[in-house]
Amino acid sequence: MILQVENPVVEVHDLTVSYDRKPVLWGIDLTLPAGALVGVIGPNGAGKSTLIKAMMNLLPVSSGYVRIFDQPLKQVYSRISYVPQRESVDWDFPASVFDVVLMGRYGQLGLFKRPRKADKDAAMEALEKVGMQGFANRQISQLSGGQQQRVFLARALAQNADVYFMDEPFAGVDIATETAIIQLLRLMRDQGKTVIVVHHDLQSASEYFDWVVLLNMRLVASGPTEQVLNQELLEQTYGGKLTLLSKVGDLLRKQEFPAREKS
Amino acid sequence: MQDFIEFFSFTDANIRYVTLGSVLLAASSAVVGCFTLLRKRALVGDAVAHAVLPGVCLAFILSGTKNPFILLIGAFVTGWLSLVVIDYITSRSRIKEDTAIGLVLSVFFGIGILLLTAIQQTGNAAQSGLDKFLFGSAASLIGEDLIAFGVVAVLLLVAVVLFFKELTLLCFDQAYARTIGFPVRGLELLLTTLTVFAVVVGIQAVGVVLMAAMLITPAAAARFWTENLKVMLVLAALIGAFSGIAGAFVSYTAPSMPTGPWIVLIVSMIAILSFALAPGRGWVARILRQRRNKTRILEENLLKLLYQLGELRQDYGSARSLEELLERRNIPKSEALGGLQKLKRQGYLQKDDGRWLLTPEGEKRGRRVVRLHRLWELYLTQYLNLASDHVHEDAETIEHIITPELEQRLIEELNYPDLDPHSARIP
Repeated sequence: MILQVENPVVEVHDLTVSYDRKPVLWGIDLTLPAGALVGVIGPNGAGKSTLIKAMMNLLPVSSGYVRIFDQPLKQVYSRISYVPQRESVDWDFPASVFDVVLMGRYGQLGLFKRPRKADKDAAMEALEKVGMQGFANRQISQLSGGQQQRVFLARALAQNADVYFMDEPFAGVDIATETAIIQLLRLMRDQGKTVIVVHHDLQSASEYFDWVVLLNMRLVASGPTEQVLNQELLEQTYGGKLTLLSKVGDLLRKQEFPAREKS
Repeated sequence: MQDFIEFFSFTDANIRYVTLGSVLLAASSAVVGCFTLLRKRALVGDAVAHAVLPGVCLAFILSGTKNPFILLIGAFVTGWLSLVVIDYITSRSRIKEDTAIGLVLSVFFGIGILLLTAIQQTGNAAQSGLDKFLFGSAASLIGEDLIAFGVVAVLLLVAVVLFFKELTLLCFDQAYARTIGFPVRGLELLLTTLTVFAVVVGIQAVGVVLMAAMLITPAAAARFWTENLKVMLVLAALIGAFSGIAGAFVSYTAPSMPTGPWIVLIVSMIAILSFALAPGRGWVARILRQRRNKTRILEENLLKLLYQLGELRQDYGSARSLEELLERRNIPKSEALGGLQKLKRQGYLQKDDGRWLLTPEGEKRGRRVVRLHRLWELYLTQYLNLASDHVHEDAETIEHIITPELEQRLIEELNYPDLDPHSARIP
């Protein structure tokens, strides 16, 4: 069940992504509606993070393209916001919580310019939204996992974007943080923002999201949660690996074949 | 001593130049080095430093002069080339970055030494002094050289100030930088170029072999003292500048001495002292913290023992002898005695005829430790499903670190319990 929408916020067309020539995502065709809280769900190694990273143009793609608001990514930097995985950075960096959140304003500031007072206000406001205002001057090396995740979220909020891409924001956080984050995401959705979240927990997925994308190396399903989260589609996503698909992928890598004849 | 006064009075114009030059070089490379370090590319600086040697030699062979601008350009070209080669090898083959750096460093340096030896054997009179690039000579930083290197050093500092925000983000979170539309490739290129320049200007004073130390060591030392990047930059610059002056002094008083090794020794001393003495991160601070923890554990254990004895005999008011305490728990006698004396000084104990008695404050603290111990045991059995005979050891440590807030939450979660898993009353 792959439901395509009219006037999508995000459009992914025939996207194939490879690591070292081995495709990890095959021909993804995906459209996502505006104002939805979208969960990208699938087993380990399904390519969930890869999909988000490819959407953010952080990975080279073997084929296909991504359009956001019907424009290439380069045109809409100011309207999108990315929350990387918490582990992707070294938290032993000499910076305070406030410094990191302020980075959310750098995009609007552009090169050379120093953060202005208004930027600092926006950063502080973002910190308040995640309940971390008391930690503004704390060193980031002293934060717990949940607090780190909130800081990253605050940085994204400070951007004031329209679409948010979040890579595993619920991974390794305490229950209080998880509740706080999901409340915040719902609030953002209610304000008309689109939030796309990579998520690994099936249990909470049906409760959290109103649109679900099921992924396992290829797109299994995309649609409203209640239509997508059913036995059959979940079995397709989680049951039985597509051994043939990975075998062919391995072959491409070993023989140094391109995934597309022309790229 | 006389040298010392002569040097630091700065009356001699040469000394002024040499000092100024060394300070600029050392400070600018230290500042750039902060970003190289935070980007975890410290080794790259070393590769560049070694790779500039063939450039210097080639520039000399082609031009026949020791004009600093020409040598600088030569150094810059091969320094840069080495980075391109490292990048190429890492992206186009299965060779990992550390291996690529090792390969490039030794190949470029080998070619450099080869060229240097060839030049020295031609008997060209103009070549004398080229070997200064191996180990550096701050004292030779005069006239034209100083202007050339000084200008580059100032440019480096200006670039870092101008791009502070961008370089910080690049080092902290490169992927994010890209998603907000920053020209990450361009910024990488900028940092690479700054690194190469820092190395190129530094080699005159320190020499190619040890230049990496000037780039990385001040930054590593500064990191120990602060958690603020701006402060770290300033500190690194100061540490670099100090060792620069020291190097210039050595170079002035003992011209036959290679300056580079001296500067590196001095900056390394500062780094070692930083690792040892810095508050929070340093060794000494950590040892002190551990010792504090140990005394605290000892003191609380003693108070706990006295409280437990009181509990056992249903009598908190009478004094206990040291032997009575040690019977219940094996603590080295001298240690226990020291702890007891200290607790007395702090007002938690009274001494009565060679025996020890809890003061009201001591009783309160002892009771709290016993309470935490039993609460934790209960928590472990209830929430972690541990057997009740396995929880004592855990609680022995945890009882000392639970804060009042955690204590409150523990009590609430356990629903204000009366008895621990061994059916002892929770006081």
